[in-house]
Order: sequence, then C-alpha cells, then structure tokens
Amino acid sequence: MPEIRLSKLTKRYGAVEVLHGIDLEMAENEFTVLVGPSGCGKSTTLRMVAGLETVSGGEIFIGGNPVSHLDPKDRGLAMVFQDYALYPHMDVAHNISFALRLQRRPKAEIEAKVREVAEVVGLTEFLHRKPGALSGGQRQRVAMARALAKDSDIFLFDEPLSNLDAKLRGQMRAELALMQQRVRKNMIYVTHDQVEAMTLADRIVVMHGGHIQQQGTPETLFKQPANRFVAGFLGSPPMNFLEAELISEGDTLFARGEGFSVAIPAERSRTLQSRNGSVILGIRPSDLNYDQDAPENEAIDLRVIVSEYVGAQSVLLCSCGNSNVTVELKSETPIALGETLRFAIRPEGIHLFDQESTAAL
Amino acid sequence: MTAQTFNRMTPYMFLIPAAVTMGIALLYPLGYMIYGSFRDWDPSQNISETEFVGLKNYITLFFDPAFHESLSVTLIFAFTVVVAEMLIGVGLALLLDRNIRGISVLRTLFILPMMIAPVVVGLMWRYMYHPTVGTFNRTLKSLGFEGIDWLGQHALLSVIIADIWQWTPFILILSLAALQSLPASALEAARIDGATTWQQIWHIKLPLMMPVLVVTALLRLIDAFKVLEVILVMTEGGPGLSTEIVALRISRTATEFRELGTAAAMSNYLLLLLLFLTMAMFAISRIQEARAARLARQIEEESG
Ligand SMILES: Nc1ncnc2c1ncn2[C@@H]1O[C@H](COP(=O)(O)OP(=O)(O)OP(=O)(O)O)[C@@H](O)[C@H]1O
Ligand SMILES: [Mg+2]
Repeated sequence: MPEIRLSKLTKRYGAVEVLHGIDLEMAENEFTVLVGPSGCGKSTTLRMVAGLETVSGGEIFIGGNPVSHLDPKDRGLAMVFQDYALYPHMDVAHNISFALRLQRRPKAEIEAKVREVAEVVGLTEFLHRKPGALSGGQRQRVAMARALAKDSDIFLFDEPLSNLDAKLRGQMRAELALMQQRVRKNMIYVTHDQVEAMTLADRIVVMHGGHIQQQGTPETLFKQPANRFVAGFLGSPPMNFLEAELISEGDTLFARGEGFSVAIPAERSRTLQSRNGSVILGIRPSDLNYDQDAPENEAIDLRVIVSEYVGAQSVLLCSCGNSNVTVELKSETPIALGETLRFAIRPEGIHLFDQESTAAL
Repeated sequence: MTAQTFNRMTPYMFLIPAAVTMGIALLYPLGYMIYGSFRDWDPSQNISETEFVGLKNYITLFFDPAFHESLSVTLIFAFTVVVAEMLIGVGLALLLDRNIRGISVLRTLFILPMMIAPVVVGLMWRYMYHPTVGTFNRTLKSLGFEGIDWLGQHALLSVIIADIWQWTPFILILSLAALQSLPASALEAARIDGATTWQQIWHIKLPLMMPVLVVTALLRLIDAFKVLEVILVMTEGGPGLSTEIVALRISRTATEFRELGTAAAMSNYLLLLLLFLTMAMFAISRIQEARAARLARQIEEESG
C-alpha cells in the first residue's frame, strides 16, 4: 500500500491559479480527509491525484514514483464522484462490475464480488435496476460499491455521503470506518462535513483558497489550530473571536477587551511576554462554563440576546461589548433574555491569534 | 352555444385558417395522386375524361421488371449510403470530439458539403468524374494509372460516393451533439475503471449515443429513398437502368412514357415505404419516452 506525496502541486485554469503549491504527505494506509469551504480546491486536488486533471506545476508521487504523466487507469485507484458518475445504460450489477469485466476476471469471481459489495452497501435488491430508477442515496451507494469492488490500493472519495439522509449517512460513515480498519488502504476523502472529517480521519487537511491551512490529527487541529481560519472552521458551534489587547500587570498577562479582562495562564504567558498590543482572543463555546461564582479574571460576563433550544443543550447568543459570543448551556438552567451571566473560561481553551497574520500565538 | 363551450372552442377557431391551408396544400395533391393512380391517364387528358382501371396500375408495376430494377437500385443505394455515412460520420465525430485548437474550424469545414444545393453537388461531381477532363481521372493518369469509367461502368458506386460526401456531415453534426451531451463524469469514471480509449467508445459512448444514432439513421434512410436531383444531374439514371432510382423512374414514367396513372401508383408505393419507416421512427422514440416515464414513475412510487 503505497504512500502518496504531493509536492508543490499547483493548478491553473488559463490565467487563474486555483491551487497554490500544495505540499502533502500521506503515510501508508492513512485515511486523509480534505476539508474546506466550497470552492477551496478540494475536488481539484483529488482529481489531480486521480489523473483526471492535468498538473500545472509540482509533482504527485505514489509509492515514491512520479505519476503525473500517467493515465488514471495506470495509477491503480478507485474513486467515488461527487455526482456519482454512474453508467446510465448499465444496471447496478454491471456498474459495479465494469472494472472487473474490463480486466476479464472469471465470471464466478465477478459475481461473488458484486454480491459481496452490494451486501456491504445494502443494494442487493436493486442489482438489476438501471441508475435512472434509483433515488439519489441509492445512486451514491452504487458509486461506493463500484469503487469497493475494484480492490484498489488507493481510494478517493469526493463527498460520497453528501446526498444521504442523516441516518443513512451515520450508517455509511460507520461502515466506512469499519472498512478502513478491515482493509487498511490509502484513502483520501473530501467532505465539508466536520463530523465525517473528525470521526473518519487519521489526518485532516484544512484547505482554504487553494492553500493548505493546517494538517494533522483531528485532535491536534481541534486543540491547537494553526490560525484563525482553522479555529473557526472546525468545531460546532464555531469558536468565538473577540478583539483584545495584551497587557502585563505585575506578573500576570491579561487579554483585555471591551467588557472582559482575562488572565492568561502563567505557562502560556511566558512565551507571549514580548508581545504587547492587539490580538484576537478565541474561545470555543465548549470551553465556556456557566458559573456565577467564577473569579473575574478567569471568566467573562455575557448578556443573553437569543436562546435556541436544541434538545438537552440550548445555544445562547450573547453580547459582550460590541462582539457576539455563542455559548452552550443545559436547557434546564433558568435564564431570562437580557440577563447577564458569568461564564468561566477553561484555561486550555484560551486561543490567541495575531491580528494581522491571524496565525496562532 | 354557452359561454363555456364557446371558450373551449376559441383555440380551435384560431387554428381553422392554418388547418384549411395545410389541408389544401397537403391533402389535395395527395388525394389527387391517389385518385389518379386508379386511372388510365395520359398527360394530354383532363383527369375527368380518364378511365377508371381499378388496381391495374399497381398490378402492372408489381410484375414490371423495370420497376423491380429501380426499386432494388433504390434499396441498394439507400442502405449502402446510410451504413457508410453512419460509420464515417460517427467515426469522424469520435475523432473530432475533443478540445484542440482549430477543431471548430475543422468542424465547420466538414459541414460545408451539406450546405451546397444538390444540383450544384451533382454538377460538381459530374465534372470531377468526367472520363477525360475530370479531376479524378486526370489525377490517376498523372500518377500513371488507368482512368476509371466512373459514370459508366461504376455509375452506382459513383453516385453513392457523391451522396456519402454530401450527407456524412449530417450524421457528423448530430453525433457530435450527442457526444457533447454525454455525461462527462461517467467517462471519467470509465477512465478510472481502466477503460482504454476503444473500450470507452465501445462500452460507454456508443451505447449512450444509440438513441440519437437510431433516429439519425432512420431520418437519413427516409431522405435517401427520396434522392433525385444529384443523380438526375449526374447520370439521368443511366447507363441503362443502373442508377435509375424510384424517384427518377417516377418522373420518367410521367414525362417520357406519358403514363401518369402508373407514375402515381409508383409514388404511392414509395409513399408506403416511407410511411412505414417514419412510423418505425416514431415508434422508437415513443418507446424511449415510455421507458423514461416508467423509470420516473418507479422512483416516485418508492419515495412516495
Ligand atoms: N474547469 C474549470 N475552469 C476554471 N475554474 C475552475 C474549473 N474547475 C474548477 N475551477 C475553480 O477551481 C476552484 C476549486 O474548485 P473545486 O471544485 O476544487 O472546489 P471544491 O473545494 O471541491 O468545492 P465544493 O466543496 O463546492 O465541491 C473553484 O474556485 C472553481 O471555480
Ligand atoms: Mg468539490
């Protein structure tokens, strides 16, 4: 199972450059997830690995060998397309077995394989339907089955679950995770669903505007986002950002803004000592706990504007000076709109970003 | 008449002038022809003076070797040109369906022959086929070969070549349109599944183009049965009866042999043949539509 390496990969459409030097190393059997907002170049990157788009600059290595001059069929990979890309004139069984039939595998083997993967994705009863007679979700599962049937070393997925309902998506996600443990293959998976990214990935690659913003394990990205974009992109509800000044008072460093003054934990403040001035303070809703008795410099006072009931938790939209802050709260907590509440900040939950470069400090 | 029925009738009333015009322009000559085909009719006679002969004209034709000859010439001509044009047209379309610089100029050039008036095409080819001063034989001779007796010994082949030259572009544009509307991602999937260029054509492109190709072929076939001008200009049906297609025989029967009744009967035979082909074409597109509708219903039932 080869490792995949992208080296200074660029893509231009005419004069427009849409990928600006992607450097990425995917270890053997790694499940890599590309996430990012719409139009950031995820599909383009994937399609270049597949060989469906030409490479404008840089190189793609599979197992150490440059492959950007190779045809898709010579790269030994399977792909699930964003728009399914089924063969409309073939029934489900023939769609699934197309690659195997091209390889002239024995008939019995092909039939067994088709039955096996159809079982996995739950399509057994539809094997003799044409794609035109399937719902969107069923088509997506055919696309998945077709890729699975190929037994490739590398699997590429372009938002394979985006058209399934919540329940089916959960099932397929679990199925994928299981499959990943069972077969151990290289997988590159494009999504903009954070839950998929977090649960499936060995490594998440966050892209934005044709650049890689950060890559690493889901935990690293969640706990130590490299910049404000990554911090705001992963996590739901998203991280709150507040403008603040770094001010030393005695031994302690404070992040002080309109309506708050938060002490930076001692071990963090040492590295920040030299920096004074404007920063952005980032705090996830999950790092804010309702606690009226918290000390003032480890907490923030928020005035409730809107409360959204979402089951066990309520999401509160609050104001702090001119900024808005989202927090989560147990639904049974009695609160009134307009009330000012105090939330304690978990010390690990304090993120600071440079105002200009937006890089994490 | 109540206001309601009046309202319902309004659209039909607006249709009346068009319907009447169409009826007169289409049905009158048709009826005239059918009526005439049952009569012994010389062009000098007024049709009311002619004698009713029943099916005599049809029966005579049925046993007339000259008519058989021209029917078989027509069938050979029509099927040969359609098969050849389909093969060349689809082949060219598969070649030209790519984005290289200059391809659109090339496409326009390929389509030109179709734009030329048939009489001009006939004259042009007659000149090129000329035994001594024609382009082909001069070229052959300058290369040291014998000249070929194009419009003599090989007349049918020669008119077939000319028709292929003129009408392949028709197949080409329709095939190109069909190719361009193929789902691009299915072809990409085929590339990833390991299909070579040939396998993509054979397993994906051609099957997906098939509905368009079938209708195109039938359209061409209908047209090929009616061909007249090019052959008239090139060979006038000769030598002998070797290129006398039915349309030409009809016109000769009417003008040279002065047998309008027989000519009308012959036209009706041709009409029947074309009617059959046209209905086959409609049937095929109806079947395709019905299949699509059935699929749509099936999905609806499941989700509903
Ligand atoms: N054929 C093309 N010509 C010009 N620009 C293109 C072409 N294909 C894609 N782009 C541009 O490249 C950028 C990246 O597109 P891409 O499809 O990779 O986005 P994506 O991250 O997959 O988005 P989504 O999540 O919506 O699928 C977009 O800005 C898009 O407009
Ligand atoms: Mg995409």
